Formats: sequence, structure tokens, C-alpha cells
Amino acid sequence: MTALPMEAEILTRREESPGLFTLHLRLTDSAAQQAYRFRPGQFNMLYLYGVGEVPISIVSDPREARHIGHTIRAVGRVTRGLERLRPGDRLGLRGPFGNGWPLGDCEQRDVIVVTGGLGCAPVTGAVQYLMRRRERFGHVNIVQGVKHADDLLWREQYECWDRMPDTTVLIAADEAGPLWPWHVGRVTDLFDRLRFDPAQAIVLCCGPEGMMLAVAEQLQERGIAAERIWLSLERNMQCGIGLCGHCQLGPKFVCRDGPVFSWREIAPLLRVRGR
Amino acid sequence: MATDCTLVAELRFLAAADRQRLIEALREAGYAVHGPRVQEGVIRYAPVERIEDLPRGWRDIQEPGRYRLRQTDENRLFAWAAPAASLKPLVFPPREILFHARRDADGRLRFEAADGAAPKLAVLGVRACDLAGLYLQDRHFLQGAHPDEAYRRRRRKLFLVAVHCAHPADTCFCAATGDGPVARYGFDLAISELEEGWLLEARSHAGQEILDALPTRAAGETQRKAAEAAFRQAAAAQRRRLPGGDLPARLGGRLDAELWQAVGRRCLACGNCTAVCPSCFCHAHVEETPLTGARTTRLRQWDSCFTAGHSLLHGRPVREDTASRYRQWLTHKLSGWHEQYGRSGCSGCGRCITWCPEGIDITAEAAAIAGEEA
Repeated sequence: MTALPMEAEILTRREESPGLFTLHLRLTDSAAQQAYRFRPGQFNMLYLYGVGEVPISIVSDPREARHIGHTIRAVGRVTRGLERLRPGDRLGLRGPFGNGWPLGDCEQRDVIVVTGGLGCAPVTGAVQYLMRRRERFGHVNIVQGVKHADDLLWREQYECWDRMPDTTVLIAADEAGPLWPWHVGRVTDLFDRLRFDPAQAIVLCCGPEGMMLAVAEQLQERGIAAERIWLSLERNMQCGIGLCGHCQLGPKFVCRDGPVFSWREIAPLLRVRGR
Repeated sequence: MATDCTLVAELRFLAAADRQRLIEALREAGYAVHGPRVQEGVIRYAPVERIEDLPRGWRDIQEPGRYRLRQTDENRLFAWAAPAASLKPLVFPPREILFHARRDADGRLRFEAADGAAPKLAVLGVRACDLAGLYLQDRHFLQGAHPDEAYRRRRRKLFLVAVHCAHPADTCFCAATGDGPVARYGFDLAISELEEGWLLEARSHAGQEILDALPTRAAGETQRKAAEAAFRQAAAAQRRRLPGGDLPARLGGRLDAELWQAVGRRCLACGNCTAVCPSCFCHAHVEETPLTGARTTRLRQWDSCFTAGHSLLHGRPVREDTASRYRQWLTHKLSGWHEQYGRSGCSGCGRCITWCPEGIDITAEAAAIAGEEA
């Protein structure tokens, strides 16, 4: 049986942009709080009392697992309800679920992080992990694409990462005004400016599926092996533990076997429409 | 390939007049007893008290999109094929409480587990196809990193009385999947039914204890031969089969076949096949909140990959048309299960063919799509 949710309290709430907000949560039971650990790229099922549950990736730093950060877009019944919660309010939390990013495999390698839209949220924790242990990795490329320039989240954070040694930050917007300092177009337009050794580089990618397909194909063409291109997928998830069946993609349970998969493993499944 | 229909050496004979004793022995051992009954025009498992509750003399006629019963004056209780429902509802109920949540006056939440009691339950008349289906459910619900406790509680209390099948329907193909007609595993006690009574074999300690409590005698060699002949005939009578060879690989190469569109136009996406399938496990989590709002209930209920909601992501289904949903169902059943759980998800019970309003036949569709004549 699905384990009971744990009660969590909202510590802080920040409005990122209209309809997009970040909650920092703390489990109210101190033993649960002590026991809770997660890896970047994992997710929790958040339960809104009387409404339902949604899978939301964890954006915060795994070193401070007592404060669990979630950036949420208000799009459905549950997330619109979560949007109305304020500090001190309670919700339920089950997790963490899923495998997370292969950050151990990133050591001594050039890293390319490519994200699209809110796809940057599941990778934010991973980028912070890399930056905090900067010396263990090769050149770090951070590429973020948004539809509209106004959609860019955490602008200061990108500017901060851009100042780190041996780090390249590239940002693209499909549509932008005249004051937009970065590229207008797609993230894949920026790939000539990446700095990496294809023989050893590793890719972490998250965003809309069409964008991830294009990114994976183009970086593979640039010589990166398919088993070192990692994508974080989304599917309908209700249990989080590979039982309810909704997240199946071919033989994979995305919630349990993923959500992070290598391109080698997942390309044949992703290339079939409506799979 | 001839199906092995030999029975174990140690067979005991229980005369037809003593069949009631089995129900009594199970009740004395503390089991609630479920068995096949004729209800609402179908044979299905329901509580039984007397042997007269069982479908004596009833025969079924199952064809694509059709299920009918007729009565004969035979003395047999199990002269029919797969009942309308498998064992699935007994271990994985169609609707089940996951937990209750309460919110007190200052907004604190409390979560309470659902009542976990599971009674000892004996089921009479289980076919080999449904034992295989139960094995498949066990693999899914029990053998992962997060075994399902409610399923496990019910499963552990189950006592299964198999019936080796001598009466396959037109829709059956257990001989082709290798799962029947003789049950090979997963039961406590098994019955080979003859007109004059039952040949019984125990497969577990619990089964042996029940068998020892019955007024049996050693079965005769003629009786054994008659039973084995009937099972061989039951295997030979089955006309349907799944395509051979490496079916997962063959289907995997045909995901863009035009035939998916053709079957997608026939399929009503009603979900009958997923409801009657002994291996289908998909379920949705739903919330029930009374108007007072002081306590809510989280449930899971059977879901079907034929619904739009099943693959909903950001407000749109990943599988937008019926063709892609039929493809998901068939390729999961015949291909995905191999990688997930080490064998095909189909045990040849034929229910999806019988209960499809359009009479869509999984064996014919799989053969056509894999590129061979059915």
C-alpha cells in the first residue's frame, strides 16, 4: 500500500512570476525530518487536503534536506489550490521518489545542462550541487531556453553562475524585446558556443519533450555518446512507486525507473508518437 | 506442441455425494468460502455456503463479444471456462481506501491508514489461466521496492482450490500461452472433475490438511486416465494462439503499423478488456471529500489505459487517439510485461475477447500486426 503522506508546513512562499511560485516546506514530525534525504532530480507527491496529489520535482539543495523547495506552476486543480497556501499552512508529502541525476558520473567531465521553460526547476538543485563542488568537474555549460523573455526565472542566479570560473551560461528566448541581452531563438542555436570535449562530456537535459529530442539528437551528432545524455521525463503519476501504471513508457515506469533516463535507453521509446 | 496434461501420482477420489464436505472442511478451518455462482446471467465468484450454490450442470458459451449460459442435467459443477471475473477483484479490489486525512481547527493535518483487516478466504474452482493471472498480479504488487501491504494482507489469507480445465471456451488459448489447461502452480488443492466425483491433489500444507479431513480414497487408474484425456482434449480443442517467435521484438518493430489505426477505429475504448483482464493493474488515485470537510478519504480505483485521463499530462493526453491506447494496451500486455516482470502479461483466459463489445480478438490483432496470418 502507498505509504501515508507526512505532514509538511510551508516555511516560505515566493512568487516567481504570475502563476508560478516556490514553496519551502519542512516536515512537522522531527523524526521524519531527520530521516528525509533526497537527490537532485527526485520528486515528491504533494497532497492538498481534500483535493488531491501532484508530483513536483525538488529544486532545493540536498545538503539542507530539512528545507524542501518546490517550484510549482498553477495549472491544474491541485496546483491552483497549492498556489493559495501561505506560510504556516499544512500539506501532505510523500517521497522522495525517482532516481535523480547521475551526478557521481559527472565528476572529471565537462557538463552540459540544457533546460527549457520550467524544465530548469528539476535541474536547479543539480547545478547548485555542481557549483558547490566546482573543482570536481570540467567545464560547466548552462543553457536555458524560454518561450518569452519574461519567462526567465532566477535571472540573478544565471548571472551569478556566469561569473563562476570555467562556466558558460547561455540563454535563449523564442521571443524577446530589445533589452534582452541574450540570444533570440532556440537553445540548439547556441550549441556552437558550448565548450566541451565530446569524448567525455555528459549532458543533463530537462524541458518539453520536443526540445529534449532535438537537444539529444544534436548533441549526439556532435559526438557525445547516447549513454551520457540524460533526460528527465514527465508522465502522469499518481502513486510515485511504479504501481498505478499511468507513467508507463514502453516497459519503463517513469516514476520508478526514471524520471531520469539515458538517451540510449529511452530514444527508441520517445521517438514513437503517442507512446 | 502437445500440452503436458499428466497429473501427479498421488490423487485422491472424493465421491460426488461428498462434495459438500470440502466446503465444510474449509469453513471449519476458518475460511470464508467463495465459489462460482450463476448471478446476473454470468458465472462469477461469490460467497457460497452449500455445494448446491455452485453452478451444477451449467455450461457457458463464449465467443468474441458474446457470453451466454445454458443448463444441462450433468452432475458437474465446473463444466464451463473462465468466469466473468478473475481472482483480481479479490486481491486488488475495484475500489479501495488508501488513507483518511483530517484537518483540525488550527489547520494541522493527520493521516490515518485504512482498516487493514483481511479475512481468511478460500476460492473454489480457480482455473490455471487465473492462477497465472494471480502470479502476474503478485509480481506487480509484491515484488518491487514498494510492495503493496493491502494486497499482501489479502494475498496471504487466500486458499486456492484449482480446477484443471476440461471445458475451454471458443475464446480460450491457455494451451498456447503455456498456462493451462492443467494448473501447475499457485494452488493449495486441485480438482480434476469427473461425472462421479473429484480427483483431488494437495500442493501445500494447508491444502493437505483440508484433503486429510475429507472422506477420500485412492483414485483409480481409469479415473486418472479419463481426467488426463479430458485435459488433453481441452488443450487440443483450443483454436486460438498468440504469434510465436520473439513477439516483443516483432511488435516493437511494428509500432507505426497502419493496422493500429484500423483496430483503433473498431475499438470503443470502453475499457471492458482492462477490467476483466487478470493481469491489468492500472488504478487511479481519487479524493472523496464530504461537505463538512473535516475528514477526507483518498482511494484508489481501477483505471484503464483506454481513457484519455490515463495519460493526461499538462491537461492533454499523451495518447490522444484510441489507436495509440489500443497499442499501449496490447504492446504492454504482450511485450512490456516481459521486461517488467519476466513473462508475457497474457495467460490466455480469453476474457478480453468475450467481453469486448466489438469482439476484437487480441490473438488476431497481435498476429496481424506482427505480420502473420491468425
